[in-house]
Amino acid sequence: MEAWIRARVTLALTLFALLFFVSRSSPPRQFVISNAERRIDLSSHIINVHLTLKVENTGTRPASEVVLALTPTEVDHLAMVDALAIKGKQKKTTSVRLEVKPTELPDAPPIDAKYFTIYLADPLNSGESTTLEVLYVFMHFLEPFPAEIAQSESQLVFYHDTALILSPYHIKQQTTFIKTPSTKVESFIRVEPTNRVGTEIKYGPYEDCPPYTISPIHVHFENNSPFAVVEELVQEIEISHWGNIQVTEHYTLVHAGARHKGVFSRVDYQSRQFSNGASSFRYLLARLPARVHSVYYRDEIGNISSSHLRTNSLKSELEIEPRYPLFGGWKATFVIGYGLPLQDFLFESSDDKRYLNFTFGCPLIGMVVDKLTIKVVLPEGSTDPSPVVPFPVEHRLEAKYSSLDVIGRTVVVLEKKNFVPMHNSHFQVYYTFNPIFMLAEPLMLASAFFMFFVACVAYIHIDLSIRK
Amino acid sequence: MATMPASASASDLLKSFKLKTKQQELLIRVSILCLVYILAFITRLFSVLRYESMIHEFDPYFNYRTTLYLTENGFYDFWNWFDYESWYPLGRIVGGTLYPGLMVTAVLIYRILRFLRFAVHIREVCVLTAPFFASNTTLVAYFFGKEIWDSGAGLVAAILIAVCPGYISRSVAGSYDNEGVAIFALLFTFYVFVKAVNTGSLAWCLASAFGYFYMVSAWGGYVFIINLIPLYVLVLLITGRYSMRLYVAYNCMYILGMLLAMQIRFVGFQHVQSGEHMAAMGVFFLMQVFYFLDWVKHMLSDTKLFQAFLRITVTSAVAVGGIALGLGMVSGYISPWTGRFYSLLDPTYAKDHIPIIASVSEHQPTAWSSFMFDFHILLFLFPAGLYFCFKRLSDATIFIVMYGLTSMYFAGVMVRLILVATPAVCLISAIAVSATVKNLTVLLRSKNKVVQTGSTKGSGGSKSSSKALLDQSQPFQKNGAIALLFGAFYLLSRYATHCTWVTSEAYSSPSIVLAARGAHGNRVIFDDYREAYFWLRQNTPQDAKVMSWWDYGYQITAMGNRTVIVDNNTWNNTHIATVGRAMSSYEDEAIEIIRSLDVDYVLVVFGGVTGYSSDDINKFLWMVRIGGGVFPVIKEPDYLVNGEYRVDKGAAPKMLNCLMYKLCYYRFGEMMTEYGKPPGYDRARGVEIGNKDVKLEHLEEAFTTSNWIVRIYRVKPPNNRW
Repeated sequence: MEAWIRARVTLALTLFALLFFVSRSSPPRQFVISNAERRIDLSSHIINVHLTLKVENTGTRPASEVVLALTPTEVDHLAMVDALAIKGKQKKTTSVRLEVKPTELPDAPPIDAKYFTIYLADPLNSGESTTLEVLYVFMHFLEPFPAEIAQSESQLVFYHDTALILSPYHIKQQTTFIKTPSTKVESFIRVEPTNRVGTEIKYGPYEDCPPYTISPIHVHFENNSPFAVVEELVQEIEISHWGNIQVTEHYTLVHAGARHKGVFSRVDYQSRQFSNGASSFRYLLARLPARVHSVYYRDEIGNISSSHLRTNSLKSELEIEPRYPLFGGWKATFVIGYGLPLQDFLFESSDDKRYLNFTFGCPLIGMVVDKLTIKVVLPEGSTDPSPVVPFPVEHRLEAKYSSLDVIGRTVVVLEKKNFVPMHNSHFQVYYTFNPIFMLAEPLMLASAFFMFFVACVAYIHIDLSIRK
Repeated sequence: MATMPASASASDLLKSFKLKTKQQELLIRVSILCLVYILAFITRLFSVLRYESMIHEFDPYFNYRTTLYLTENGFYDFWNWFDYESWYPLGRIVGGTLYPGLMVTAVLIYRILRFLRFAVHIREVCVLTAPFFASNTTLVAYFFGKEIWDSGAGLVAAILIAVCPGYISRSVAGSYDNEGVAIFALLFTFYVFVKAVNTGSLAWCLASAFGYFYMVSAWGGYVFIINLIPLYVLVLLITGRYSMRLYVAYNCMYILGMLLAMQIRFVGFQHVQSGEHMAAMGVFFLMQVFYFLDWVKHMLSDTKLFQAFLRITVTSAVAVGGIALGLGMVSGYISPWTGRFYSLLDPTYAKDHIPIIASVSEHQPTAWSSFMFDFHILLFLFPAGLYFCFKRLSDATIFIVMYGLTSMYFAGVMVRLILVATPAVCLISAIAVSATVKNLTVLLRSKNKVVQTGSTKGSGGSKSSSKALLDQSQPFQKNGAIALLFGAFYLLSRYATHCTWVTSEAYSSPSIVLAARGAHGNRVIFDDYREAYFWLRQNTPQDAKVMSWWDYGYQITAMGNRTVIVDNNTWNNTHIATVGRAMSSYEDEAIEIIRSLDVDYVLVVFGGVTGYSSDDINKFLWMVRIGGGVFPVIKEPDYLVNGEYRVDKGAAPKMLNCLMYKLCYYRFGEMMTEYGKPPGYDRARGVEIGNKDVKLEHLEEAFTTSNWIVRIYRVKPPNNRW
């Protein structure tokens, strides 16, 4: 471990040295960051990094594109990046959401890095400065070490980062705060000035850092928060114009923390709850829409009896317990299903279309979803489906045959990878539907019965015997 | 049936719609049948309402798993399926060792529903197959009753069988077992055969052959049909009721049925090779001899000559038959009777020779109380029905009498065979009820006529004498009849109440999920089985091998999706005995066996915490017996103290240190199970355990469910030598 860290430090130093000699020309250089403050929250397995940048235009022309740099590993684990522009002084601040897009820089960077560009709402004139707030959310970024723990041990994880912010700009002053979930920190690398108070480690302030300076650090600390990860969630929303929306959610849940090793002892787990299986979890909370009805919770082999539903007029909460407590590496699959009143979610738009307005997200609170698939099953006979989602998703169409379907129902499939709770937002699916199709199935049933009775009557009245 | 007097005052228009008596009767009959059909279905849904739509017990899980396989892979793959997941390392040729009727039926229903665009899951179809066939059975019972007695008896039979607990016990929703469809097939075959005998029509014979084929494809109990029908034919021959109708019915049914049955791989050539089927063949040849003799008698006018001829033919026929049978037996072409068959004829046989059959609770001889429980008033109506049958002997009534008597005998031998007796008991009781009620109502009516016309004797037959008697005591006759009718009504309503109660209380538990009453009267659910199986399914390697007692084999493969060493298809006694031996040895001896079987996990069921009594410790003596039957190193007395089985301090030392004991009670000594009792108090047996300091060397606890009912241990890899 030690050697590895040393190797990384040397590598960084080499790069650092290279930097001075090789190229100083890469990105547009008109910005300087006069002050950067970074707050890293490590209290759960979803890592929030709040970055406050004071950007100053030192170039000659007005510019509106600020570039952020991240290492490739960070990008792999990045679930979302969001930027706000803070306007106004002191108390009367307002924030404006800015567009962030991944970009490629034309010239080769001195360090392996990937870039995101923030597009400022108004170009920043020469000499002016503005404050940006950037939120990065990372998932699967904490590395459990040791990778396997026994039941009585608590979970220790590594967090790797750099004490100096990776940036294509010159940073005049920067500070990084790392918040750990508890005071139990095994070790961390100091890059003076470094200060640790309670659950917070403060790196900096560092003055005058040239572009692409990094200084790798790690923090090795205890994190017993549930590392609950939904590997795959398939949510099926079936619309019936007879007044119901049926939602079925298929979960594959896994404990993504340090793997459980050796014995699972029920005696210890039952009698010494706190010292045993500290990193395991048993309960999950799902927040469902209000007026939810006929909720079920089951898996491949049947109903799971350990769940509680609490409803009030504003929201419903479903507390579920998987069949067994989840230790590191243990999996559980289950299905949650519920019905919702149609009028709460389906509306008519001005152009004679109908649209479904539903939450894009995972009802389980605080859950990271590796792959989220939402299938909106439109009623049979609906046409021109078009989804509207506030962030980029893959989408395609499928067909599904439900009860008494002849031509099949159109299914709008939306897929999103690396989903974190911060993504939760509403999405819409627009489609056209002729209400006459609602009558198709009842008419079919009625005619089937009618035919049956006609057949019965005919059978009674027709003499089928050969001999007379 | 009375005409409607009320409609007489109605208008002409209404009069034109007035139904004739016959139409009224038909309407009433059809609506009663429809109601019974629905009743039979919904009374079996208690388990779905109380618990959920799930598969019950043990064997149904295998059936469900195979059905799933059939839906996913099609019929040919199913037929050729070699299952690697059971009987490791031997495997099982599933296609050749099961009765596919049930699975094919369920898949057929599923396909039809799918074709009609009903988006059902195959599990729902499986869960509801048994109730659906129970409903169909009521219809068959109606027609059967109509055939042997009259339509009134048919209706009563339909109602009785719809709610009879003896049948419900095997056909509640979720009990997806062979018996569910087999009882329908059995009764259908019998009905169609009786119909064939009554009419001599080839169409009915054909139908009975196909009914028999369906029965063979569905359940091993077809042996009952193939022995009962020849016996019936023999009785008819002896009682001089031989007729051309019988000849046609039996020969057609036997030949066709046999040929069709050979198509089932599991049955194969047993019809010509197994001792259990020889009676049918013998009777078949006897029929030919009979027919031949009949023909000769017809040709020969001389009776003396015929007598001589008869003597020679019969002697030579019997001799040839005997020699053929003897040769077949000696050469091994005809296999002797199997153990199960012997144990039917001699109830003590299994106990002495085949412990694996005797260890199953449903193979025990039936207690008187369970007869009462399953039949209730039918037990008293049955002899009465027999009386009526004997009073009106016909080919059909002889059949039902024979069916009733033989199946009652078998029901007494084995608990599970109550099921086979149920249709017969219901039919015969229905005759008793119907005939009694009919006689009483006729009495009530005819008395009015007596008042009006002075004296009219009944149309004759049996009733005339009683009427004549009753005519003399007119004041009591009416009251008596009314009282008797009320009595019958009371009895029947008691029967209905009893049936509903039994169904809801006793027969609707899935036995996978256990329910108990909590301290405050609330319902507590123990879902430990599924907890453990699901844990196995999710958190063990895909190819993990699980060793457990054979009872749980089917469930582990179906719900846990893991390979098992032995399961409920107890085809290899040695393999089971090996597991029994491992469970009853000391740990270091057991680990040799466990390693040789390549086992990764060992699963035991333990009820000490919850007081669940059908756990492995209570089954343990059977493991010892079955293990000892093959491996004489295991001796039952080693586990007993003065012939007594105990687990507390006074238990035998071998008991306290055998693998099963250790696995069940590992770390149980630290556990407080009940207030005011020492730690390690076993609630299922009500004692403090004798060995609280259990150390395991080669196994480690991998998982224990929340109520400790299932405990799973991982086999540690051997220690490194370095």
